[in-house]
Amino acid sequence: MADTPIAPAGHVRLGSNSGQSMTRREGVAKVTGKANYAADNKPEGLLHAVYLESGIARGKVISLNTEAALAHPGVVHVMTPENAPSLAVSPDEKPVPFSARMEVLQDNRVRYAGQPIALVLAETLEAATEGARLLAPEYEAEPARIGFENGEAYDPEFVTTGTPPARQVGDIDAERKKAAHTVEVTVDTPLQYHNAMEPHVIIAQWDGDKLTIDMPNQAIGLARAGIATYLGIDPENVTLRSPYLGGGFGSKAVVFGPQYLAMLAAREVGRPVKLVLRRDQMFGPVQHRSATRQTVRIDLDKDGRILALDHHSLSTTSSFDDWLESAANASLSIYASPAIKVSHTGLRVDTGTPGAVRAPGLASGTAALEVAVDAAAYRMKQDPLDFRLLNYAETDPGTGKPFSAKALRECYAEGAARFGWKGRPLEPGQMRDADGYLTGWGVGTALFHAPFFPAKASAVIRSDGSVGAQTSGADMGQGAWTALAQMAADGLGMPADEIEFEIGHSGLPDGSVAGGSAHTASAGSALFAAGSDAVRQVAEIAMNDPESPLYGAGNEGVRASGGRLHRVDDPARGETYAEILTRAGIAEVEGQGRGRREKSAAEQYAMYSHGAVFAEVKIDPDLYQVRVSRLVGAFAAGRIINPRLAKSQLNGGMIWGLSFALHEEGIHDLRSGRPINNDLAGYHVPVLADVPSVESILVEEHDPHANALGIKGVGEIGITGTVGAIANAVWHATGVRPQRYPIHIKDLLEGELARQRG
Amino acid sequence: MNLFDYKRPSSIADAVAAGAEPGAAYLAGGTNLLDLMKVGARKPDVLVDISRLPGLGEIETLQDGSVRIGALVRNSDLARDAGFAKAYPAVAEALLSGASAQLRNAATVGGNLMQQTRCLYFYDQQSRCNRRQPGAGCDAIGGETGKHAVLGWTKQCIATHPSDFCVALAALDASVELQGPDGARSVSLEEFYTLPTEDTPGGADVRPGELVTALTLPADAAHFAGHARYIKLRDRTSYAFAIVSAAAMADISDGVVQDIRIAMGGVAARPWRARAAEAALKSKAPTPELISAAAEAALADASPSGDNAYKIELAKRLVHRAIEQALAGTPQTIPALPGSVFAAQAAGR
Ligand SMILES: Cc1cc2nc3c(=O)[nH]c(=O)nc-3n(C[C@H](O)[C@H](O)[C@H](O)COP(=O)(O)OP(=O)(O)OC[C@H]3O[C@@H](n4cnc5c(N)ncnc54)[C@H](O)[C@@H]3O)c2cc1C
Ligand code: SF4
Repeated sequence: MADTPIAPAGHVRLGSNSGQSMTRREGVAKVTGKANYAADNKPEGLLHAVYLESGIARGKVISLNTEAALAHPGVVHVMTPENAPSLAVSPDEKPVPFSARMEVLQDNRVRYAGQPIALVLAETLEAATEGARLLAPEYEAEPARIGFENGEAYDPEFVTTGTPPARQVGDIDAERKKAAHTVEVTVDTPLQYHNAMEPHVIIAQWDGDKLTIDMPNQAIGLARAGIATYLGIDPENVTLRSPYLGGGFGSKAVVFGPQYLAMLAAREVGRPVKLVLRRDQMFGPVQHRSATRQTVRIDLDKDGRILALDHHSLSTTSSFDDWLESAANASLSIYASPAIKVSHTGLRVDTGTPGAVRAPGLASGTAALEVAVDAAAYRMKQDPLDFRLLNYAETDPGTGKPFSAKALRECYAEGAARFGWKGRPLEPGQMRDADGYLTGWGVGTALFHAPFFPAKASAVIRSDGSVGAQTSGADMGQGAWTALAQMAADGLGMPADEIEFEIGHSGLPDGSVAGGSAHTASAGSALFAAGSDAVRQVAEIAMNDPESPLYGAGNEGVRASGGRLHRVDDPARGETYAEILTRAGIAEVEGQGRGRREKSAAEQYAMYSHGAVFAEVKIDPDLYQVRVSRLVGAFAAGRIINPRLAKSQLNGGMIWGLSFALHEEGIHDLRSGRPINNDLAGYHVPVLADVPSVESILVEEHDPHANALGIKGVGEIGITGTVGAIANAVWHATGVRPQRYPIHIKDLLEGELARQRG
Repeated sequence: MNLFDYKRPSSIADAVAAGAEPGAAYLAGGTNLLDLMKVGARKPDVLVDISRLPGLGEIETLQDGSVRIGALVRNSDLARDAGFAKAYPAVAEALLSGASAQLRNAATVGGNLMQQTRCLYFYDQQSRCNRRQPGAGCDAIGGETGKHAVLGWTKQCIATHPSDFCVALAALDASVELQGPDGARSVSLEEFYTLPTEDTPGGADVRPGELVTALTLPADAAHFAGHARYIKLRDRTSYAFAIVSAAAMADISDGVVQDIRIAMGGVAARPWRARAAEAALKSKAPTPELISAAAEAALADASPSGDNAYKIELAKRLVHRAIEQALAGTPQTIPALPGSVFAAQAAGR
């Protein structure tokens, strides 16, 4: 895999740190096993909890053999709906954003297979596991409703959290009347289950009404507020430690029922309790990506300009909550069209409640939209890239607002050049490699929102010269420990490896959610501001001190670097922070920082990161084994703080896109409703050999509006565009237009046979 | 996991005595057994750890030219044994296409033979399964059957045997040596796996307490060293079981196929020897038409057991390809499928 990260030319640095491809600050600790993940903690007196999951998808639990479980050596306590303590508020309450309806053994109703129906506490994990098995539940089962054909459709009030379920721009009927060509595709996407390397974990210990939790979490502030509300305690009494996460992808922004059960159980028995989800338990209560059945219709004028774009998504959700994949909304922001209609129908099935999975909405939405756009290009006999350029959106199609910045044209150009797109034959099935494999090239447009969450941070400069910065942000593996420290260091005017830096603890200023691809921008801005605030205070002391060489220099006349302040007009004249504070007799100054987005900018501009992904596939002409031989993505996401880490995120995103296109699928038995491929042997994600060549290009982009520092996000965009690019490459190789993901040998073979039958 | 005893006998005789106790299970590499225990598909009372038994770790060429592979030889050690891989390239290729490097390092040859089906309903403890509990019924039928059998199945069981290794072995007429409380016996590998009948689900034919001690390849197995292929089709490049696989091996002289062996994996409860396909080519100078006829013959008796008719067409095409490539040479001279694990490993050899 080619990779020496290079910052884009002309890249503007904040100080000496940002823009540098620093390696991970915590990397050595991680590879030497010194990084302490939640499950590594072993408090004195620890009890192990294992929950029993429902084996039916709908109905009631009518009996549990608690006697047998309690009789098993080592089992200490069994919690069932009969004796489970309740929460301080209704489990249906949603006290903080991203909350789902809580499942804490409040009744004996089963709403999906895998739902917790009892919790066993024991002295060892083995005893708890066997105790749970001995519960031997009996059920009164009702037929499971699962799959597109068996769910219950409804018109949703909103999609994801609070987004309107339908939007219209322009007059779609009027535009359709003008159309010369119409293309319509229907594409299914499967249930995809969260499977971070580290499953969900909690270790809960109570001291009176003080609760200390070790738990990987992406949204420490929200988690703390939610926990306090559900458990009826003061937020100040909740300490949450989450220094390292083994992946989150949205599933660790929420605290789920099983984790609450562990907290309740620890309070009940007066001992610390540890709960680690097994891999198979990841296929139930901890959210997943909804399955969708999407229809995209594109009406075109005689030259191939889109006149009307109509995107509908049937998105699955649970029977008891309302989170829906906002897939159709992808069509609001990518291609120009005088008329756009997006709409969603909900489909209730007997699964757990879906939620945000890396690139929610847009991963699934672009997976369908890009296929439709490709089909439209082919209908017009236009090169798919030319077609996309013809329909380039100069303003945000859904809102009409200008983009805060959009270097998508450059992404197309740089990506195409690097990939070698030129000369791609228009017709499918035209290219073979030296070994005779069908070769296909496809492109997809990538897009992700650039939100911004208000965040806080603090920084300190001490008279001994040491400096530090803190925020409660989260490193899920994406590199926050490093990138955020770079920004804090720039604020403090210090090299990044000389600052003390702390994240991942609820006692720190609220750094907001590590999600929405907004963490670097949000928490990073707060850290930069906090560092700058501390430096400002030191500068003020110096400028007012006649003994200082900086005396009277004025705000504009002083610069900070390397732990020293100097005059702009004469860098030789200056002194260190330590000298200034020591002389003033001040032990330390503390800076506070907030990250925010200008309200006027937020109202005026549409803000996105953009990209273009090019895929090459090789397919056996008879056996249809598909391999993605090359992926090239070019992305424009404003200022890049750490090119190495940004590329890891983008490459990782593209690999997830490949996974979406060819591998991932949660399979449920349609009769029982149970997930039946619920381990990593059955639930496929790519192995290294599936990704021989993935390359990402960082395209220069200056975004003056997104936030003061011009940072957008790179965490999720890589998936979007990639899925469609691969599907389109598969079509280009075989002439078979994929109608469902993941694309399997079976689909291509059956596609060939169907075509032969005519 | 249930409570169980653990024993580590130090001789084959002690192992067999311990293994004959009710509820005993042999533990070799543990890569299959422990997973089955974790999900509750197996609940042994005693684990008899055979992994350190002496005398079962050798690969020996016997006087008569046959090869004897001890049951505890690791999958990766056998595949990487230069002499063995040269003489039986398709066997090495089959081994290397199985599981992952880590699993192959732990997995033993005997365990590979004895591994359970990967039928998802066998693993799902809430599903009815005749193999787990004779007479319970088969919940796979009418469920997710995309990877199930197309040959030799009955309503009792539609599962496939998942091993890659065994497909190549079946083609070479390998036999299995067993040691039991009543003495030793040897049985052809193909027959070692009984097919389901109208009232039994089929499976490996081991009697209580029997220990697999070795595998043998007959002397004539070496005749195919110059023309042998194992091809495995799967949706992911590595760490995935075959949708279908095929082994083809030929002994060619003067442009005439003197002898040919063809077997398929992922299609039945045993590695499936395609004797009709072999007959179509034996003693003939191969032509494209003959190869097609052979591939047709290989699947002549196939029928879908569910939503898997595509496997029949796919298997046909794969047998065709395997024969073509075997006639052309061995993995050393023919490129593996793009991204194939074997391609990378062959190159690094
Ligand atoms: C994720 C995953 C993917 C895999 N993919 C593939 C694949 O693609 N292709 C493939 O071929 N295999 C695959 N395997 C299976 C793997 O090859 C087997 O798990 C392995 O070969 C078993 O060997 P073992 O020594 O670990 O056996 P164990 O797990 O120790 O034993 C397996 C069974 O054999 C019995 N047994 C073991 N040795 C003897 C003996 N000498 N005599 C009698 N009984 C014995 C045990 O009692 C047990 O019932 C995969 C396995 C996993 C976990
Ligand atoms: S196919 Fe065989 S292994 Fe699978 S459930 Fe049926 S009986 Fe069990």
